[in-house]
Amino acid sequence: MTQPGTEARPLRVAVVGAGPTGFYATDQLLKQAGLVAEVDMFDRLPTPYGLVRAGVAPDHQKIKSVTAAFEKVAAHPRFRFFGGVELGTHVTVADLRQHYHQLFYCTGAQTDRRMGIPGEDLAGSHPATEFVAWYNGHPDYRDLPFDLSQERAAVVGVGNVAVDVARILCRTHDELLATDIADHALEALRKSRIKEVYLLGRRGPAQAAFTNPEIKELGELADADIGVRPEEVALDELSRAALERDPDRATTKKVEILQGYALRGPSGKTRMLAVRFLVSPVELIGNSAGEVVAMRLVKNTLRATATGTLQPKPTDQFEELPVGLVFRSVGYRGVPLPGVPFNESWAVILNEKGRVLDPGTKQPLAGEYTGGWIKRGPTGVIGTNKPDAAETVACMVEDLAQGLTLHPAAPSAEAAERLIRERQPRFFSFQDWLRLNELEVGRGRAVGRPRVKFTRVEEMLQALGR
Amino acid sequence: MNIAHLLAGKGRGVVTIGPEDSIRQALGLLVQHNIGALIVVDSRQQPVGILSERDIVREAARNEGVFAQPVSALMTRNVVIGAPQDDVQAVAHTMTERRIRHVPVMDQGALVGIVSIGDLVKAQRDQYEGELETLQTQLLAKHP
Repeated sequence: MTQPGTEARPLRVAVVGAGPTGFYATDQLLKQAGLVAEVDMFDRLPTPYGLVRAGVAPDHQKIKSVTAAFEKVAAHPRFRFFGGVELGTHVTVADLRQHYHQLFYCTGAQTDRRMGIPGEDLAGSHPATEFVAWYNGHPDYRDLPFDLSQERAAVVGVGNVAVDVARILCRTHDELLATDIADHALEALRKSRIKEVYLLGRRGPAQAAFTNPEIKELGELADADIGVRPEEVALDELSRAALERDPDRATTKKVEILQGYALRGPSGKTRMLAVRFLVSPVELIGNSAGEVVAMRLVKNTLRATATGTLQPKPTDQFEELPVGLVFRSVGYRGVPLPGVPFNESWAVILNEKGRVLDPGTKQPLAGEYTGGWIKRGPTGVIGTNKPDAAETVACMVEDLAQGLTLHPAAPSAEAAERLIRERQPRFFSFQDWLRLNELEVGRGRAVGRPRVKFTRVEEMLQALGR
Repeated sequence: MNIAHLLAGKGRGVVTIGPEDSIRQALGLLVQHNIGALIVVDSRQQPVGILSERDIVREAARNEGVFAQPVSALMTRNVVIGAPQDDVQAVAHTMTERRIRHVPVMDQGALVGIVSIGDLVKAQRDQYEGELETLQTQLLAKHP
């Protein structure tokens, strides 16, 4: 029999996860010369775009504009979206194998890494990702409580999520009004009594993961001063030598910006955002009610590893930082998908260039692929997922030519839809999303905001008249 | 970006060989796995050296009996070992400067992977391509 991929017999692909990687891969498959593919995309949420909707900060609307490109991909006649359909709950890998020639898993990194220190689970200590999902109106997180009556908060980490959380905590109500932050968060933050926010980096300014535009933005907040200690942003010998050996304009500029902040005094703004370097939390301290009241920090110096990486080395100097709210943002982990081999070492799907491997033989499982953060771990910007998806799609095309696909019993669009209707009658189509999008934007327009999000599944169903 | 992210998409793990094994066996493994270097490990799976295709080519050019030689005769003993948390940029710089093509990666005393200069170049290229893609999308977007 000839390979699928023709008008008469299209290649049927299931993409699990509706984030950027899913759309990049879909686009590449649908545009593949000489190949007729049909893509069904699944997501556990009713709405598409993954972290572009639920992760990217609401005050970064420009970054969210990438969805215009994804919307074009979704307009392809051989594309369908099934929102609110979860792998393991509504459909299984075995079900998908009956209906598709190829499966592409791109579910991202859904949990955070823990700090592994005493007191981490005290009340008031949260994963930063939960706060992000909360302010972005993710239906699973919208009801989480965050005690914003505290005056001092610490954000552990200096990656882009940490910076987002610190910035949102420091924004004024007027600043937030110009965004699509979820209504419940807008209201809670309006009553926030936060006065001081600490961003804590374990290494020095030259090693901090944030970008220059991100750090510049922190210095331009309407009603929060930025505070940096001169001694913490002075370059140590090792960092200076590394920059001389391997000059990097962006890093030099980053250090300059931070050293500039160190010269600024407080200008009398209501809030203070302090960026600290070379400190690591070693313990969260609680009161008798089990609430976090302070954090014990150790000061670090830097040491060079065999490969020249500068890593933190704790000293014997400690300090106590009184804080009533802690957000940890020290990395993310992928979670295993039911029925899909997982690589525990790196918290990704076990894969080689995107081909899912059999854990026993370490040979590729025919027809199963992965992309994005669940393939390579949480790194890079949205666009990084495009070359990542391309690597996997190249493997898919190569394997198809070799006849290495799944052999589904019912490879038709109708059969797949019948199955989904039976398992999850309340699924959301892309048409549903377009309607919800229009309604959200309309609700925003009425109050001068980019959009007002629906944050409950029931609310979405109701809006659609279902 | 750190080394762990490069190893994540190389799920097949590390191919190792013993110091007493022959160069013929080593060549077989290099071809079978389509790779450029093997980590030489002792009986406790601790790296004692690295054997690259270069090492073999150099010896083969002057010695017809190369196939029967033990791996230990040709391997490089002074190996730079990486850690999963090492920065990609720092590792790439060190490899370029010291002309090293492969770095074994160890985590808590166990060998967990190997990265080649090709892996690092590809990761950096993907990173730049991704940043460019994101910037272009934002520039072309109608600003809301």
